[in-house]
Amino acid sequence: MAWAGTGLLWTISGGVLASRTLAEIAKAGGSLPAATDLSFLQISDSHIGFSKEANKDVTETFKIALDRINAMPTPPAFLIHTGDITQLSKPEEFDTFDEVLKSCRTKDVFYVPGEHDVLNDGGKLYRDRYLKSVEAKGSGWYSFNKNGVHFIGLVNVLNLQAGGLGQLGDDQLEWLEDDVKGLGADTPIVVFAHIPLWAVYPQWGWGTSDSERALGYLKRFGSVTVLNGHIHQVLQKVEGNVTFHTAMSTAFPQPAPGTAPSPGPMKVPAEQLRSLLGLTNVQYKQGKSALAVVDSNLS
Amino acid sequence: MITLISKNKMAALLCGIVFLNLSLLAFAGEMKDAGTSAHENQIEIKDFAFNPKTLTVKSGEKVTWINRDEEPHTIVSVEKQFKKSTALDTDQEFTITAGAPGTYNYFCSVHPKMTGTIVVEK
Repeated sequence: MAWAGTGLLWTISGGVLASRTLAEIAKAGGSLPAATDLSFLQISDSHIGFSKEANKDVTETFKIALDRINAMPTPPAFLIHTGDITQLSKPEEFDTFDEVLKSCRTKDVFYVPGEHDVLNDGGKLYRDRYLKSVEAKGSGWYSFNKNGVHFIGLVNVLNLQAGGLGQLGDDQLEWLEDDVKGLGADTPIVVFAHIPLWAVYPQWGWGTSDSERALGYLKRFGSVTVLNGHIHQVLQKVEGNVTFHTAMSTAFPQPAPGTAPSPGPMKVPAEQLRSLLGLTNVQYKQGKSALAVVDSNLS
Repeated sequence: MITLISKNKMAALLCGIVFLNLSLLAFAGEMKDAGTSAHENQIEIKDFAFNPKTLTVKSGEKVTWINRDEEPHTIVSVEKQFKKSTALDTDQEFTITAGAPGTYNYFCSVHPKMTGTIVVEK
């Protein structure tokens, strides 16, 4: 295998949220930041069932990503999967994912759906399988608390409108407003959803039409971190107290915004694939507006 | 008076009842793997776009979409005038039969930026 899937490890330590890629952690001898209060891991876009040229064995790269997680000396408290578990929402694709995931030492996984997971049934199969451990509302959104951090999983891949982008919808937005109402402004917030909740590149549909309203409800909080998938590459942006971050896929890369005729799977020579396995070190420090980002690749 | 043309008589009958006063495209709902065959009225899906974006056909003619992308796409009527396709994988196709004259806007519900129009003439 010329290249491997990646995951991001998020740590919350003394109010500081930071991320490092798995490969980077391995490179550093497997050590985690000291005094870690909570660590969790984001994986995304496994696309089980995809078998085209961009990666003919996505199950294998998903396994490699899990191997990296299992190799961590301190396992993450839980995983967050930010959608596109499967390529075509087929039961057998979900089965394969579930079977492979059994090898992961970390058992708690929180999901949000990608558009590939809800293709023909409005997400019923997805909801039946992946929302058992949460109190999901509506089409599958929910929140939970871990170590003083409030996590919010949103659904923005259903009921999409012609000509539009990802969409949360009124019901979900009203729920969100209510969900955060009682929280103190010093509560760290982590929001995760499949399609970016910021306008990464609307021409390719990389954005969510009503995300501004959602972010409006989170404005008063001192620390908001938004984790998305969908675009198969790391991009980030800081806006006030909000840090936006997209994760890499464990399946195949996609082109940078506007650099190809379409956002379809990107085929690159095997020797270049490794260079697409990015190392992205992100340090988010409370009270600081700037995000420290260090990117490096595996080649 | 609406003329429905469909291989699926039951579906056509139901549509005839439900949408009595609407002009609509009857649907055949055929989905299969496409070979190299070319169709009379063919819309190719490539690079996340319908090509041609607007297609004019005569009532009673078939319209076939073929997905040439490595991404799944769907064909969904904006005004719910015809039954939507299931997700088409690479090289799969979907065929409908044009019904009453009119303009039918559709989009891909997976990638809603993708839109197209079928114009049906007498």
